[in-house]
Amino acid sequence: MKPLGRIYLVAILIFLYTPILVMMAMGFNASPLYELPFSFSLQWYEALWSNTVLLTAGLNSIVIAAITAVLATALGTMASVALSRRTFRGRSFLQLMLLPPIAIPWLITGTAMLIFFYWSGIGRGMHALLIGHVALAIPYVVLVVGTGFRTIRADLEEAAMSLGSTPVHAFFSVTLPLLYPSILGAALFAFAVSLDQFVISYFLATPGYTTLPVQIYSSIRKGFTPEINAISTVLLLGSMTVILIFARFAKPGDTRDKR
Amino acid sequence: MTNVKVHSVAKTYGTTPVLSDITTEFPEGSFTSLLGPSGSGKTTLLRIIAGFIKPDQGVVTIGNNDVTDIPVWGRNIGMMFQSYALFPHMTIAQNVAFGLERRGIKGAAARKEVDRALEMVRLPGFGSRTPKQLSGGQQQRVALARAIVIKPSVLLLDEPLSALDRRLRQEMQVELLRIQRESGLTTIFVTHDQEEALTLSDKVAILDKGRIVQIGEPEDVYERPLTRFAAEFLGDSNFLTGTVDNGAVRLADGTVVRTTSTLPTSGSKVTLAVRPEKMSIVSGPTDDNSLTARITTVIYAGPVLSYMLETADGLPLKLFAQNRDGKVLSDGDTITLSWAPEHTVPVGD
Ligand SMILES: Nc1ncnc2c1ncn2[C@@H]1O[C@H](COP(=O)(O)OP(=O)(O)OP(=O)(O)O)[C@@H](O)[C@H]1O
Ligand SMILES: [Mg+2]
Repeated sequence: MKPLGRIYLVAILIFLYTPILVMMAMGFNASPLYELPFSFSLQWYEALWSNTVLLTAGLNSIVIAAITAVLATALGTMASVALSRRTFRGRSFLQLMLLPPIAIPWLITGTAMLIFFYWSGIGRGMHALLIGHVALAIPYVVLVVGTGFRTIRADLEEAAMSLGSTPVHAFFSVTLPLLYPSILGAALFAFAVSLDQFVISYFLATPGYTTLPVQIYSSIRKGFTPEINAISTVLLLGSMTVILIFARFAKPGDTRDKR
Repeated sequence: MTNVKVHSVAKTYGTTPVLSDITTEFPEGSFTSLLGPSGSGKTTLLRIIAGFIKPDQGVVTIGNNDVTDIPVWGRNIGMMFQSYALFPHMTIAQNVAFGLERRGIKGAAARKEVDRALEMVRLPGFGSRTPKQLSGGQQQRVALARAIVIKPSVLLLDEPLSALDRRLRQEMQVELLRIQRESGLTTIFVTHDQEEALTLSDKVAILDKGRIVQIGEPEDVYERPLTRFAAEFLGDSNFLTGTVDNGAVRLADGTVVRTTSTLPTSGSKVTLAVRPEKMSIVSGPTDDNSLTARITTVIYAGPVLSYMLETADGLPLKLFAQNRDGKVLSDGDTITLSWAPEHTVPVGD
């Protein structure tokens, strides 16, 4: 069974990574038409360096994703605290209503946002993108942090209070340190949701302010150039580094009992 | 060392009363067990004393202070939880020092206190470990050290031993009692286990449906239960019902049963409780109370024999006999059993 399992796993990884590796390799190929034989060249990276449109869009994407991660994580964690530790009227309803947005197709959410933002005067642009991305990311944060909460027993905070902690001190000295990996994971999730986002960004971006996925899409319509491979490679390596650092420190999938 | 009082405490969730008008006192330095069936309100009472739950009415005092409106973090209590509730991200020493730090005790002074507490629970030198590296019993001891190191006014324990296996549990009972005696802490201990309650406590309080039906020394409560419920919940009991007649009780079949306890007025109905081990099988006539019954089942348990009996009226009885001569009676035998009037206790319903 064991070798079979290993072969299966390797097959999955090959399946997942081959297109990405090909995409990365082509960024280093001299041919603009992705022709073989392969001849190594950095010309597309040089071209990217002077392609301010793509670079600006890439930077915008990262800025939006970072702000979204911070805001969505803060708001979502607070919501999660309330949902997990407090009892109030309508709690289960609220908890339930957080899930459908994850399942609603982004095309529909995006259309709805565009109509609503237009109607309410919010309009389009960076602020609209931010609002949209944060709203989109919050349910994921609540879900991830909420799962983290369930692994932390409520009697830990009670123990802290019995020893003299106020509820606030108990939260910061006991719950938060234990919740930290979940919060970090949620932030990463929010960052990824935002960075990945195309449909909603496409609706809410303006010609003057756009994100990388939207910019790549419009570039592709004009014709492929390996510069796109180059910027995709940069972005990919960047986010993979973040994820690996996270995995190293937060040990997701760590099943240790957090009593 | 402080005494704890609750006065007229009541708590209702929705429309179901969980505690009704509880008034009782836990004397300074005493060990009191709260015993009762599931849902009788033991945890609720303990958590009201701790300050986790606010009673709908009534007053809680610790020492001479009315703490009813003081939240748990201002009450200086030591609490032990069923699941130990050790902080997993802290070392044992940090766990024990948590309450000290909250009281402004830090550095060398705190270390000294922590070491002393760990010594008291027989875990010296465990300070640098993490909770995960300890066994269940050891974690339990750390939880106890953490609770007593702050010199609480009262030590509250909610079934702290129920997660341990039998042997470890008995070991911890001895340990708990030793530490309670050494520290002189007023202790309130919630348990399901009647034997645990009897062996550990200075006082046992029996709860039923949100009321304390009886509180007293273990011997008192066991020998002189006030109600049928108390007699049944703490130990085993036989119940005989009859009518008071001329200072004695006449059962339905005409048998007259005497008791040394005071009876209600002649003509009233009364229930008498008799512990199964207080009854014995006799061969000749006796001055004590006696009945004839047929053996329906014999349970041989080595040192003790349990006889399930039935009188001619169909009243079921239980009798525990010491296995003194190795002679076991068999099913179907008819015997005469007797018991002393002082072991005949009239109980309320
Ligand atoms: N927060 C709550 N909301 C509603 N009902 C509650 C709440 N807490 C307790 N109860 C009810 O109050 C009653 C007493 O509960 P409590 O936990 O005090 O019982 P207990 O004697 O400790 O039982 P056990 O031996 O099972 O621990 C139970 O019927 C329980 O369902
Ligand atoms: Mg309970």
